[in-house]
Amino acid sequence: MSYHGFKSYLPQQDLLGFALLAILLLVIFPLSMDIFRLNLVGKYLTYAFVALGLVLCWGYGGILSLGQGVFFGLGGYCMAMFLKLEASNPEATKIQSTPGIPDFMDWNQLTELPFFWQPFHSLTFTLIAVIVVPSIFAYFIGVAMFKRRVGGVYFAIITQALAAILTILIIGQQGYTGGVNGITDLRTLKGWDIRSDEAKYILYFVNVAILFLCLFAAQYVRKSKLGRLLVAMREREDRVRFSGYDVSNFKIFVFCLGAAFSAIGGAMFTLQVGFMSPSFVGIVPSIEMVIFCAVGGRLSLLGAVYGTLLVNWAKTSFSESFPELWLLAMGGLFIAVVLAFPNGLAGLYQTWVAPRVDKWLANLKTPRPLTTNPLESRS
Amino acid sequence: MTISNVSIGAKDFVLAVEGLTVSFDGFKAVNDLSFYVDENEIRVIIGPNGAGKTTVLDLICGRTKATTGSIKFRGKELTKMKEHQIVHAGVGRKFQNPSIYEDLSVFENLEISYPRGRNVWGALTFKRDREVIEKVEEIAEMIFLKDLLGKEAGLLSHGQKQWLEIGMLLIQNPDLLMLDEPVAGMSVAERKQTAELLHRITKNRSVIVIEHDMQFVEDIADRVTVLHQGKVLSEGSMERVKTDPKVVEVYLGH
Repeated sequence: MSYHGFKSYLPQQDLLGFALLAILLLVIFPLSMDIFRLNLVGKYLTYAFVALGLVLCWGYGGILSLGQGVFFGLGGYCMAMFLKLEASNPEATKIQSTPGIPDFMDWNQLTELPFFWQPFHSLTFTLIAVIVVPSIFAYFIGVAMFKRRVGGVYFAIITQALAAILTILIIGQQGYTGGVNGITDLRTLKGWDIRSDEAKYILYFVNVAILFLCLFAAQYVRKSKLGRLLVAMREREDRVRFSGYDVSNFKIFVFCLGAAFSAIGGAMFTLQVGFMSPSFVGIVPSIEMVIFCAVGGRLSLLGAVYGTLLVNWAKTSFSESFPELWLLAMGGLFIAVVLAFPNGLAGLYQTWVAPRVDKWLANLKTPRPLTTNPLESRS
Repeated sequence: MTISNVSIGAKDFVLAVEGLTVSFDGFKAVNDLSFYVDENEIRVIIGPNGAGKTTVLDLICGRTKATTGSIKFRGKELTKMKEHQIVHAGVGRKFQNPSIYEDLSVFENLEISYPRGRNVWGALTFKRDREVIEKVEEIAEMIFLKDLLGKEAGLLSHGQKQWLEIGMLLIQNPDLLMLDEPVAGMSVAERKQTAELLHRITKNRSVIVIEHDMQFVEDIADRVTVLHQGKVLSEGSMERVKTDPKVVEVYLGH
């Protein structure tokens, strides 16, 4: 009887899944697509960061946030502010009445760079801010909500309200934020033209690499005791509390982690797409991200990536032909997932495919039959 | 110092509840209640429905906040502490309905209750080492679930779920164990097994049990407290309480 093998953070099935995804993203897509399509996939993958955070928050922790766009947006805006400042050097903006500040500020009669824009001249500061600003914001929301034991549907509604508030704030403060257009016309990163095909290729691979780092981080959390505690809290919050845990701290942690993932996605979005706008912050994108996660399977990290890719692919092809029907289709898809296959694509995979893969792995590996640890069958 | 210390006198109680009152919108579920639990004592609380039994446990473990009064556990005032701090102080509580994590295995249920790595960082870096495994196996043996460690807890029978929750408390090694109707819904055989289990686990710790099954109460109780309308109606050995005319009238007579 050994439970030691269980400590493995990457069981065979998961390892196989990670490898297949790596092959798909790093080999098959780049070889089979032109740069326009590949850049589109890269954009979709930035949403996968958000979906990944939702798997931990919602799938494991039972904390449904309908405001993940807030963190995606904050990360994206931090990156956009840096790129915008670089694009607004005095030379490029000499026709403005105040050269050296972003064009939209000039249009809005600002004559000097606002103080909170100043530090974004530094790339180091920006990279730190991309992760830290949304995490701190999430921390304060988390403390305010979870310490007061606000949860479930109330939490979802409040996060949704936050998404609406931030959108209105960004649109209203046009001079500071670029308003409804967002921050556009981003050109270079430390002098490197991010609009060239070559840059788009490199950024795609960087994006995939970071996505895998986040996947591994999420996998570690999932397989740690904290991952099991999240499941326990989802089921019996009181029991966890009366086993000596301060439940709110665990919720705050996982919410901040989800926020940090989303923010990284947002920053990569800005880099690959070349702008950031409030339309990626509000209620609709936030809910779309929940749907990506649900379709992929809210208990599966890899499912979140596939779900995001699939729904976005469908969205792109479908909305080209029937733009007005897309939202209805999306709503229908969500209802279908909840009613018919609540664990999404990953659930279907677990039921139909996984047992066969297990068998195949066992046959492949062992002259003697694989002794399956009873504890491991749940992983 | 304070009055409560005077009334405790020379003897050290594990738990001293004094003047405890909780009022829900004016209704006093527990009304000026006082009782004391000795070291290594098994105390059973009985009483008709709505007498405030479960509320008393809720107050002790911090689930409900007292309106007035004091609860002292080994000299620590529990009414001002948070739930998890009360657990850390050494109070364990079992709920009326088996409260376990159905999606996790029996092993994982016990492991989560093992008192180590209770903050975020500790949980992230928690290692399932020999010490944990041995402790889990030892407890599993005690609660008759040794062969079911790998089983999903949701698939256990009702009685086994009750045992599992008792096991989850045992692994915390609390000084004061509170059990809310531990044999409710159990078969006769399971009841007997549970009574034996309780006899074994109550060594070196104090226990408060809420129970309706009189046979079971007679089996395990050192002393019995009868609650009625949030107050102590009678207290003492089972023999004495059984013959108390007040108790017979409101509770046992039915």
